[in-house]
Amino acid sequence: MISADIQTVMPEIVLAVYAMLALLAAVYTTKDKMAPLLTWITSGLFVLLAFWISADDSTVSAFDGMYHNDGFARFAKIAILLSAAAVLLMSQGYMQRRGLLRFEYPILIALSVVGMMVMVSAGDLMALYMGLELQSLSLYVVASLRRDSLKSTEAGLKYFVLGALSSGLLLYGASLTYGFAGTTLFFGIMAATADGVSLGLLFGVVFMLAGFAFKISAAPFHMWTPDVYEGSPTPVTAFFATAPKVAAMALFARVVHDAFGGIVGEWQEIVAFLSVISMFLGAIAAIGQRDIKRLMAYSSIAHMGFALMGLAAGTVFGVQAMLIYMAIYVTMNVGTFAFILSMEKDGRPVTDIQSLKSLSKKQPVMALVLLIMMFSLAGVPPMLGFFGKFYVLRAAYDAGLGWLAIMGVVASVIGAFYYLRIVYYVYFGEDTDGLNGKMPGVLWGVAVVTSAIVLLAWVPGINLFGIETIAEAAAQTLVN
Amino acid sequence: MTVAVFTFYFFAITTVTGGLMTVLSRNPVHSVLWLILAFLSSAGLFVLLGAEFVAMLLIIVYVGAVAVLFLFVVMMLDVDFAELKAEMSKYMPLALLIGAVILMQLGMALGVWSFAETSGENLAAPIGETQNTAALGLLIYDKYIILFQLAGLILLVAMIGAIVLTLRHRVDIKRQNVMQQMHRDPAKAMELKDMKPGQGL
Repeated sequence: MISADIQTVMPEIVLAVYAMLALLAAVYTTKDKMAPLLTWITSGLFVLLAFWISADDSTVSAFDGMYHNDGFARFAKIAILLSAAAVLLMSQGYMQRRGLLRFEYPILIALSVVGMMVMVSAGDLMALYMGLELQSLSLYVVASLRRDSLKSTEAGLKYFVLGALSSGLLLYGASLTYGFAGTTLFFGIMAATADGVSLGLLFGVVFMLAGFAFKISAAPFHMWTPDVYEGSPTPVTAFFATAPKVAAMALFARVVHDAFGGIVGEWQEIVAFLSVISMFLGAIAAIGQRDIKRLMAYSSIAHMGFALMGLAAGTVFGVQAMLIYMAIYVTMNVGTFAFILSMEKDGRPVTDIQSLKSLSKKQPVMALVLLIMMFSLAGVPPMLGFFGKFYVLRAAYDAGLGWLAIMGVVASVIGAFYYLRIVYYVYFGEDTDGLNGKMPGVLWGVAVVTSAIVLLAWVPGINLFGIETIAEAAAQTLVN
Repeated sequence: MTVAVFTFYFFAITTVTGGLMTVLSRNPVHSVLWLILAFLSSAGLFVLLGAEFVAMLLIIVYVGAVAVLFLFVVMMLDVDFAELKAEMSKYMPLALLIGAVILMQLGMALGVWSFAETSGENLAAPIGETQNTAALGLLIYDKYIILFQLAGLILLVAMIGAIVLTLRHRVDIKRQNVMQQMHRDPAKAMELKDMKPGQGL
């Protein structure tokens, strides 16, 4: 019994034990000098674990249903592990040049990935909360990693205080749900809601959704996002924009379908509301931003709105569309942040979008990478971003949420303005002394590979790398 | 009156007295001592309920650690409590009003409280055959082992975080080097001089 359970959580155990061993090894030997090596090893381990997880195709639940290992969890885990590996690879050079690469950084990232893996596999409110806190606590620390900088410490503090508030909301909702359903297990809650839902339980659902909306930075719970994105060291921002978003979104889907799958009508409107507000806020508020990291923060708010649109459909196809959207979103963000990490002027990092003017004359390859990424983020066909939007819009339309789909199209047209403005600056902006750094090898590699994926995934032979069928299988294990 | 009933009233009265005197006593150190009495007698109440593990926790954690910590803090504080008291009397009517409201709400909540039919049996035999400690152990280390381990990981992250964000390695201060100290040779480190009276070196 217990050995079968432990077998199920083996990838998490391996990662946690690795983190502890790495901590001991670094503390007792050369400390920060070991950090580059640790970063590479951690990144490699993430990729190995992703392959290991993808080799499994069972659907089991362990620890009396507190922990699920199904297709849905595996899809999310692979996305989390691969994006975290990519971000760690990209961050090593940047952090080292700025003297920020401490050996705790890869270890904290590894521990937060353990938390994310628990989150997406959770089958119980307590397991959910434990995973979420493990993830968030590590992220609070890495947000203020540059502790001499006022902005970085402010980012960490703000993230911590507001994160604690959202955890409070979530816990309040969870306790109400537990009180009215009589159990913390998701399938128990599902059974308790089979014959109608009480007012108290509904309150619980609303509070929990508010907590999740905070974690995925959906409006109106987005206030922390721009400041935290701007203040954190750029590699940490890149990490925030990728793996934790996938984990929180998967957790959102897991809870609404696994625990509250019987009362879709009750939460559908809330999710649709969050989706509309996020899409419009992300699209409109980003127009005034001059800092590319803040801009990416608003962009991520808008993208979360689109992913929520898939979830609002409440169908298998909706979850499938959400998974595809998140996978595409992560790919685009890794590519974009590979570019942002290489934005340098006289050896100092810059984040002002004015500095991008006339980049195409100096660095044609970088400019092209940025062009592809921005077009894809805006959803211009045939880039990858278009297919993500296409899937969620279709899911919303099929589920009878035509108005939501129309809102989505309007918001994406508004949002296209600020993406295209960056492209305009790069290709047609007047000549100024903007960026003059060279793109380091790793970043160049990541940027070119992701651009190629984004540009060519629609080609019939590649067919989005078969993600459609994988996501469909994953969605079917969740919604049944 | 049986022994059990007598002990219950004994512990109950000391708990209430302890709590009351914690609030009323003028000297803050006495307050903390009264608080310890309240803790101890509620531990006695827990024993009467058959919850010996919680009783021991109360004594070890609250009396042993928390209250003693309180005592240290209170002794080190330099607060003029007479002045605080004068300040407090100004707000007394408001405080009394809030107290009355809360008391009324409690009355309303507890007035409609209805006990389940099985509650009497549950009270008579709280947890059946199993020992408290064994039952808790089975829950924490068997049923919820994964949550327990995750909580451990969270504490580890908190520890790493505290060190990452606050520890500074300063190079300009002198540290003790034990090996160097032990390997000092008195013959080289000291020199004996024969001093004549009335003369300096």
